[in-house]
Amino acid sequence: MAVSIEVQRSRGWQGLIPYAIILLATLPIIILYGWLLYSSFFERVEGLRPVGPFTLDNWRFLWAPERVQQLQNKSPIIPLTINTFVFAGSVAGVVLLVSSMAGYALSRLKFKGRRMFLGGVLLLHSFPTVVLLIATFVVLRWLGLYDQLLGVILVKAAFELPFGVWIMKGFFDTVPWDLEMAALVDGANRIVTWWRIVMPLVKPGMLALGLLSFVQGWNEFLLPFIFMPSGNQATLSMMVRSLLGEGRFVDYGTLTAIGLFYVMPVLALFLFAQEYFLRIYSGGVKG
Amino acid sequence: MAVVERGALAVEALPAAKESALKNWWRANATALFFMAPVVVMVAAFFLAPVLITLGMSLTDMATSTGLSRWQWIGLDNYERIIRSRFSLTILGNTLLFVAATLAFNVLVGLGVALLTIHVDSKTGTVFRALWLLPRISPSVVYALMWSWAAAAPPFGIINQLGEPFGVEPRFWLATDPWLILILVNGFVGASLGMLVFTSAIKSIPEDLFRAARVDGANAWQIVRRITLPLLKWPILFVLTYQTMSLFASYEYIFLTTNGGPGLYGTETWSLWAFHTALNSYYGNLEFGLGAAMAAVLVVMGLAISGLLLRLFRFGDLVGDPRVEIT
Repeated sequence: MAVSIEVQRSRGWQGLIPYAIILLATLPIIILYGWLLYSSFFERVEGLRPVGPFTLDNWRFLWAPERVQQLQNKSPIIPLTINTFVFAGSVAGVVLLVSSMAGYALSRLKFKGRRMFLGGVLLLHSFPTVVLLIATFVVLRWLGLYDQLLGVILVKAAFELPFGVWIMKGFFDTVPWDLEMAALVDGANRIVTWWRIVMPLVKPGMLALGLLSFVQGWNEFLLPFIFMPSGNQATLSMMVRSLLGEGRFVDYGTLTAIGLFYVMPVLALFLFAQEYFLRIYSGGVKG
Repeated sequence: MAVVERGALAVEALPAAKESALKNWWRANATALFFMAPVVVMVAAFFLAPVLITLGMSLTDMATSTGLSRWQWIGLDNYERIIRSRFSLTILGNTLLFVAATLAFNVLVGLGVALLTIHVDSKTGTVFRALWLLPRISPSVVYALMWSWAAAAPPFGIINQLGEPFGVEPRFWLATDPWLILILVNGFVGASLGMLVFTSAIKSIPEDLFRAARVDGANAWQIVRRITLPLLKWPILFVLTYQTMSLFASYEYIFLTTNGGPGLYGTETWSLWAFHTALNSYYGNLEFGLGAAMAAVLVVMGLAISGLLLRLFRFGDLVGDPRVEIT
């Protein structure tokens, strides 16, 4: 991470110019997130000025949801959080398993169609998946997985796969093959070798990919919104969106508290595992 | 398949040969099959099939009213309807405006942030890069929530309340200046891609080049202009191509903020139009066939641009055979 190019960090006030510009340019982000962080703890916020004393009233949705008027006729928050957690965890699990299998084969085995498949994975990696959603709807109906969490998990995991496969292949490429060779010569088969010997060596990579897939699943809005219309297994994103969609005169205190509750795990992961995110984002580019 | 057939021909002559050919094929490929089966099934079900279905569906009248069974082939009627539509030109114009403006924001701001975060000390640089990543890693609904409050109608809204002392007329920004807000909303997410790509590209430039320039008395701007920027040609081209495609296809943030308004199709873009027609119609009847025709245009474009990226950046070199192979 050490930056070697410190071209002109020097000479008095001129050295401060880049600091001033970057601070100014980043101000909108700082203001938006700053507002989100504290406005849930006050009755009202005008501009960036909180009104009234510090309060936890906006967080009543956690312990007394029946007293929050906006949440009448809404699913309670705890099951929604569990759904979101199950969804994100399953997406991460499927992505990890499927892409570590494929990544291993693409890194180590020679087989027909390997080159073509790798090219295809790269092609899909830059392909915008949202344009396929209309047809995905038909596929889910045919599979009988429409309006079910399992269906949405599979679609989301599939959309993350080109990235995952590519990243995992890269991780396997960096593992020296001596150990593996020794095991194979000793008569262990490929599958056992992969699982017992190679997989433990790519754990840091798996952790990075798992975290990223989890966050992608946790954040996902469009897929559950489109493919689970009845809302029996709704996720937090669907709830925030339905509150947001209720017009201009909503109670922003409660709304920001719920929004903050939803984004908190992501922010925490990002704070503690920032290098993982930066590393994996720069390794394979998606966005 | 071919291997098996050739094996079958050999049966007449040597019964044992067939068995061993099959066995050989199986021995050579069984492991690869095991490892590749899950990904192949997922890609087939959720990428290949949808691409084909989109193209096929665009030739049908499939809609909520026909269901998935009573539809008919109608040739190119859907495409004709799109061309004849009173709105298609407006929406095409919207799309081009949205893509061009957001793209310019993404690349310029991404480049600016990359250069600035490298020119400050590395600790500060990392903090600012992390801040710029926040919009990308936040749930879209929460990010949209923050912007909808920032751009809310007077007397609310952060923009109104912060801008007033500076003489900015308070207004309901989402209705009066929807494009400005949309470009900012999408731009603050999109710029971080350029930031990451450009930062790592700049860091990979040999230090000697900068040192030599400094010795020769070049100032910071001259170094950026004469050394950094020319060496960033390919990364910039990559980000441009990549984001052109994803911007044409993306509608999530538009849906969550203006939802195509104000009025009829004020900020409706092509992909949002397809989404509204096939999956989220105001009128109740979802026209899958028509929506698929709108999406098919983007699918073909997506494949073409992805293919171009693959070729342009010599991804072919990345798919070389494994160095070591033991069976």
